[in-house]
Amino acid sequence: MNVVASAPAGVLDVALQSAETTQFRAQDWFAVLRQQGWHTFQSLPMPTRDDEKWRFSDARSLSLDGYAPAPEPTEALAAALIARSHFVARPASLIVHVDGHCVLRPALSPELTAQGVRFETLTDALRHHPALLQEHLLKHGAGLGGAKFLALHQAWLRAGYVLFVPKGVEIRQPFVSVNWTSTDGAAVFPHALIIAGEHATVSIQDYHLGATADARALAISACDIHTGTGAKVSRLAVQGWGSRTQSFQVDNTCGGRDALITSVNAAVGSRRARLENTVRIDGPGADVRLYGISVATGEQEFDQRTLQIHTAGQAKSDLLFKNALLGKARTIFSGLIKVAPDAQRTDAYQTNRNLLLSPDAEADSLPGLEIEANDVKCSHGATTGQVDENELFYLRTRGIPLEVAQELLAQGFLEEVIAKVEDEEGAEALRGMLSAKFHQV
Amino acid sequence: MPDSLVIKNLNASIGERPILKDFSLTVPKGEVHAIMGPNGTGKSTLSKVLAGHPDYSVQSGSALLDGEEILGLEPDVVARAGLFLAFQYPSEIPGVTIANFIRAAIVARQAKGAPFDAKAYYTELYAKMDALKMDRKFTARFVNEGFSGGEKKRCEILQLLMIKPKYAVLDETDSGLDIDALRIVSEGVNRMRGPDTGFLVITHYQRLLEYIIPDRVHIMWDGRIVHSGGKELAIELEAKGYDWVKTELASA
Repeated sequence: MNVVASAPAGVLDVALQSAETTQFRAQDWFAVLRQQGWHTFQSLPMPTRDDEKWRFSDARSLSLDGYAPAPEPTEALAAALIARSHFVARPASLIVHVDGHCVLRPALSPELTAQGVRFETLTDALRHHPALLQEHLLKHGAGLGGAKFLALHQAWLRAGYVLFVPKGVEIRQPFVSVNWTSTDGAAVFPHALIIAGEHATVSIQDYHLGATADARALAISACDIHTGTGAKVSRLAVQGWGSRTQSFQVDNTCGGRDALITSVNAAVGSRRARLENTVRIDGPGADVRLYGISVATGEQEFDQRTLQIHTAGQAKSDLLFKNALLGKARTIFSGLIKVAPDAQRTDAYQTNRNLLLSPDAEADSLPGLEIEANDVKCSHGATTGQVDENELFYLRTRGIPLEVAQELLAQGFLEEVIAKVEDEEGAEALRGMLSAKFHQV
Repeated sequence: MPDSLVIKNLNASIGERPILKDFSLTVPKGEVHAIMGPNGTGKSTLSKVLAGHPDYSVQSGSALLDGEEILGLEPDVVARAGLFLAFQYPSEIPGVTIANFIRAAIVARQAKGAPFDAKAYYTELYAKMDALKMDRKFTARFVNEGFSGGEKKRCEILQLLMIKPKYAVLDETDSGLDIDALRIVSEGVNRMRGPDTGFLVITHYQRLLEYIIPDRVHIMWDGRIVHSGGKELAIELEAKGYDWVKTELASA
């Protein structure tokens, strides 16, 4: 008997996407947004090696075949994964998704609710705050090469959360969102929308994880941060998907007047993971600090593309990305600072440091500056090297074996970025995940 | 001699340049030996060669630690065999705290898989820091980063006290120390003196030996020991200067 293979009812299936979109008929504008995403996705070509924005990436192995939206998890699985989601003992609130389905809806204390804070699933927020979402959702595209992937995210947009902190509200405890993939071949599209009003203070931790270490999935996530005057936002985003996952992450951060934003993007998981992070400095006095950290092992490829755009003057952006590489891992850092003609007295810095712990690892670095204002302080720098021989010898004279000494030095190298995570529990969780990568064979 | 560090006819070089030339010295456990000598005579090279530094090559000779050959071993193996080197210029290790650093050194000496007693470790660490008049906040500081010269040397002695080696080589530990720091560091070393430990104190100046009174003093010149004596030799050398070594001892 001949078996004719039919096209899989996967993430590239037009009927499936269309059927899911009809569920949002009540929110017409959102259904339209999804449909526009689908059309944009269809119209854009897959990136190739020749595309400057994909330089050094292994674009040839990009493939979206064989992934499909996964069904809801069983209650038992959901409970087990919720139990593994407590990275912070007492968060302001916790939301958990499994395979793109919310399994723990966030609860807020009556105090926070009374203050007007909102932390809801994206679909709840669509019903409750359509105007807020219409104003902010996916307002910025992907300018760093990932437009096709962000379009697919938009076409399948459903999972995720909206965090809104109104004017003047200061919240010390972090909000936590955990996204798990569990089903083999699951396609997930987690979305994060963070809106901090004037002089609001908020911190959020996003964990993207595989239920099993070798989970295979397609994850296209996006996060938009909007800040009002004087708002303080701190975000830790940990990409820790399973080791057979392809991850694409498009983040946009807007720094309003006098806003202070600290963002740490960590990468430990996936087979390939691309991060595109665009920082827009729209308000004078804004201070945006963008950090990246990774331990790349095996044949992992971590592809980091950043853009710091200064359109307002007298503002600051500082970027530091540090990668430690083992095995045959590869990292690519490509960063650009753009300063508009009117953005006088800008301070903008960009540093990429890579530590090679294996002769077969490769780190590429493409720093860049485009400055059109004349009164600025800008710099960029990139270094790639091995552990310092003197430091290594010093540790070994204390009886510490070579591998342990190298690991200690690598962790020391990474600590500079870990220290930027203000929440101690978040920092410890991150430290643990980075450290675990040194013990995988 | 089983309870000694016995260095015999050691020849070592850096690149093509020979530095140690038939160097021989025996340090029995329980004794403090001092090596004095001018700059460039090979004192620091001796400490690095014993510790297994990869930049130096050994042509011939032996160094037996309680009967076990340590030449040619990896630096961490030498250390676990019982040799400790206090550096003249200790490295700065960004991002690694003193507590984690010393902990790693202790764990490396435990049986594989043995549990680490964190409570006992911190109790001991704090007691020894108190003795060295080190602020306990130092445990959370990165190893030697931003330390003054005195703080670096105290940190070296703290490691010595925690690791408790069979033999300790102190390389120019007095350099960069003011009198107060010198006294504290010396007290730390003196507290460890006893039948279980042998010390080799390398110094350019006699000053340190006023605080750490040696059992034997050796004068090093051009890669080997040219003269040995009791503690009074340090005072004689200080009075006569290294020219005396050059004209009388080295030519003898």
